[in-house]
Amino acid sequence: MWQELRNELRGKGLEIVTVALDTDAKAARSIIEAVAPSHPSLIDQHHLFGTLFGIVNVPSGIWIDEEGTIVRPPEPAFPRPSVIRDTPISDALPQRVQDMLVEAKKIQTEPEKYLAALRDWVERGSESRYALSPDEVIERSRPRPAEHAEAAAHFELGEYLHSSGQPEAATRHWREAHRLQPDNWTYKRQAWSLADPAQGPTDLYESDWLSDVQKIGAEHYYPPLQM
Amino acid sequence: MISTTTTVEIDKFERQTGWAIKPEGACKYDRCIPLPRPMADAVDLHEIAGLLNMPLIHDADAGLWCLGPEAGGKALASSQAPDLELPDWRGNTFRLASLRGTKVLLVAWASW
Repeated sequence: MWQELRNELRGKGLEIVTVALDTDAKAARSIIEAVAPSHPSLIDQHHLFGTLFGIVNVPSGIWIDEEGTIVRPPEPAFPRPSVIRDTPISDALPQRVQDMLVEAKKIQTEPEKYLAALRDWVERGSESRYALSPDEVIERSRPRPAEHAEAAAHFELGEYLHSSGQPEAATRHWREAHRLQPDNWTYKRQAWSLADPAQGPTDLYESDWLSDVQKIGAEHYYPPLQM
Repeated sequence: MISTTTTVEIDKFERQTGWAIKPEGACKYDRCIPLPRPMADAVDLHEIAGLLNMPLIHDADAGLWCLGPEAGGKALASSQAPDLELPDWRGNTFRLASLRGTKVLLVAWASW
C-alpha cells in the first residue's frame, strides 16, 4: 500500500516504516510477503506500538524528523482513496456484508490532504507548517485517563493469554478493555476478528463492527485531519 | 508489562516500560519521580504502580500480573520518539533509532 509513495520519496530523504498491530502475526506476514516491500515492515504482535503512541484506529501515521523528534502524533494516514468507495456493492453478497460496505463507503478519508502535507514536510523539513512544535505534538496526542491506562493493561494481558493458547481467559480481559475504552477500535477490531473474521456479532463480545459503526455514524469513524 | 510475580528485576522493568531507576528516582524523558526508598535490583510492582500512577491488574486464575502505562497525562509525554524495537516480517530485529538522520513516516496498520 505504501511502496509507491516510498519509491517517490525515499530519494528525497523519507523512509516509510509500517507496523502491523496483529496478534495473529501470520495473517500480517502473509499480506506483507505478497507485496515484499523494500521499506521496513514490522509486526507488533503485542500491540506495544499502539500503547506507546496512543493509537486507537488504523491506519495511523506518525512523523519523526532526522533527530528522532516526533513532529506529528498519530492521525489517519491514507496514501490513496479507498477502493471501496467506488466499487459497486454486489447484491450477491450476504446481506450483512452489503450493510458493512454501505457503512464503509461513508467513511471519510483525506488522502490528497495528507499526501500534500507529507510532501511539503519532506521538501521543507522544520520550515514546513505541518511540522508541529514539541508542545503541540504532546497536546495533540491522546489523553490517557485512568480507564484508558487500565484498558491497555487488560488488552495486553488478553493478548498474552490469547497467544499462549488461552482464548477464553483472553476474552474476559478484552471485554474489559472494550468497556474501559469503547472508542479504541484497535482493541475491538482485533478481538472481533479473532472471534469471527468478518467481525460480525458473536456470543463473546457485546458489540461488532457494523453495530458500532452505525451507532457512532460512519462519517465519525476517523477524526478529520487537522492540518 | 506481564509478570508472574509482584517483584520484577529492574532491568526488565526498565526495558519494558521505558522508565529508568536512578539515584534521583524513577525517570523518563526529563521527568524524575523520587522513590521513598532505594530500589537495588528489583522493583515492587504495587509500589511502583502507586508512585507512577500505573494500573496493576491481576488474573488469579492465570497467575499473572500486568502493569499498564502511566495514567493521567497524554499518550505522548515527550516529543522524543521512544526506543522502538520490533521484529520485521523476516524475523530480524528492527530499531527505530537506526533511521536517525532520515525523516520517517511510521504507519500503523493491521490485517483485520
